Amino acid sequence: MSTQLGSKAERSGFALRDYAICLSGIVWREGLRFLHQRERFISALVRPLVWLFIFAAGFRQVLGVAIIPPYEVYVLYEEYITPGLIVMIQLFNGMQSSLSMVYDREMGNMRTLLVSPLPRWYLLSCKLVASTAVSLLQVYTYLAIAWFWDIKPPPIGYLTVLPALILNGLMLGALGMLISSVVRQLENFAGVMNFVIFPMFFASSALYPLWQVQQSSPLLALVCELNPFTHAVELTRFALYAKINWSALAIVAGCTVVFMVAAVVAYDPARGLIARRGAGGET
Amino acid sequence: MHGVTPGEVAALKVENVSHAYGSRRALEQVSFTLAASTFTVLLGLNGAGKSTLFSLITRLYGTQAGRVAIFDHDVSRASGEALRRLGVVFQPRTLDLDLSVLQNLRYHAALHGIGPAQARQRARALLERVGLADRARDKVRNLSGGQMRRVEIARALLHRPPLLVLDEPTVGLDIKARADILAHAHRLVAEDGVCVLWATHLVDEIDERDLVIVLHHGRLLAHGTVAQVVAANGGTDIRAAFTALTRERADASEAS
Repeated sequence: MSTQLGSKAERSGFALRDYAICLSGIVWREGLRFLHQRERFISALVRPLVWLFIFAAGFRQVLGVAIIPPYEVYVLYEEYITPGLIVMIQLFNGMQSSLSMVYDREMGNMRTLLVSPLPRWYLLSCKLVASTAVSLLQVYTYLAIAWFWDIKPPPIGYLTVLPALILNGLMLGALGMLISSVVRQLENFAGVMNFVIFPMFFASSALYPLWQVQQSSPLLALVCELNPFTHAVELTRFALYAKINWSALAIVAGCTVVFMVAAVVAYDPARGLIARRGAGGET
Repeated sequence: MHGVTPGEVAALKVENVSHAYGSRRALEQVSFTLAASTFTVLLGLNGAGKSTLFSLITRLYGTQAGRVAIFDHDVSRASGEALRRLGVVFQPRTLDLDLSVLQNLRYHAALHGIGPAQARQRARALLERVGLADRARDKVRNLSGGQMRRVEIARALLHRPPLLVLDEPTVGLDIKARADILAHAHRLVAEDGVCVLWATHLVDEIDERDLVIVLHHGRLLAHGTVAQVVAANGGTDIRAAFTALTRERADASEAS
């Protein structure tokens, strides 16, 4: 074994293969964990389905949605809010996993991750990719259930929506990591719900088209325009019908890069530990 | 005696390391060097700064002042090269309870760029050594505390690091499990030439042949063989020496 130690010590630098193995390992583990946490899966599905089955059904008669791109015919309200609900699934998932990266019980597991010799920015990016992969499972399960509820985008749409979902997942995960790293006060998920998830979801085009918002409140419409969630929803809406919304794509891609860079810079593993130290007195 | 002979690369070198949490100083000017193939006990009461030191060695925290090097690779500047030579067992349990033993090991191997086939092979061999080969497919949740620790040690050795650091690895274990793990760590030094740094607050985990570092209130008070530390601080054994060292300090800090 001593010879093995010697040969190991002589090896230096990391091959592309090391990076690939690391990424697949992290995604594989996240997938396994996800399969073991049924409650998390179910609650991730119940949330959008409640919106779809109850809220949308109730509002169908109240809210009329005119023909706006990408739709070519009148669509039911259920169909209109589906892209918004898809991105909401991803928003919850991204916030949950990012928050746990900073504060949660997962801290023990974060330690094992962070003592990997690969660069920290790469490890954090792998974590975001893994959480995005989990959100894809959730979204496609939701879409499968919605299909039985007569929400039937063109078959090709299920494929073309995939790149949009990946981009959304990365952007929202990185945003979650950035927020929980920078804002001290958001110590728990309730805080994130109130100050991040709800405002982002409601001040967007998820529930109502922006032109309708514009008519009632130009200020709110402006807020919606500035909300990256709006553009993630529009990107998804178009992609689900095999179309590209270029401005939404550019904004979501740009935000993804900015949030990811900022999140990696702001991420400090000492924080979660210090927060616990205050309570537990562990040194 | 406890230093590194000239020309030999130190397994671990800690130079003038200080660390503070806000205004609270956790480490003050700590310096020591560990040679390859040695077993060193880092002895300190709770709050001595052991875990902070471990967080710096493992690059969990950035180094505020001073320098940490593993086989001459600076942990801050060449962290990849430093960390690939380091195996860690953290104080809190860091295994995935819902995954099997083998899945946990495979995940760790992937983090070090070791593919599934090779990982399985190494994991089997290491589990054999810690006496858990027959539990490879069991969920970690179903293992005892001592078995989990052994899995964590096996995991820390998957990438064959020449330096292994363990932060209070025997917390919460019964006497038998403690003795087993301690013996296993000593074997790693004797048989594989691994350098082991073992943090504890329990004096009875120290063997006569070990090297000892005493850390108290963030300061390094003693470093040497058991005999040297006992001789320098009076008393008949390491327990008396440790009590004398930490009491004097407590008196001094109360007086000041």
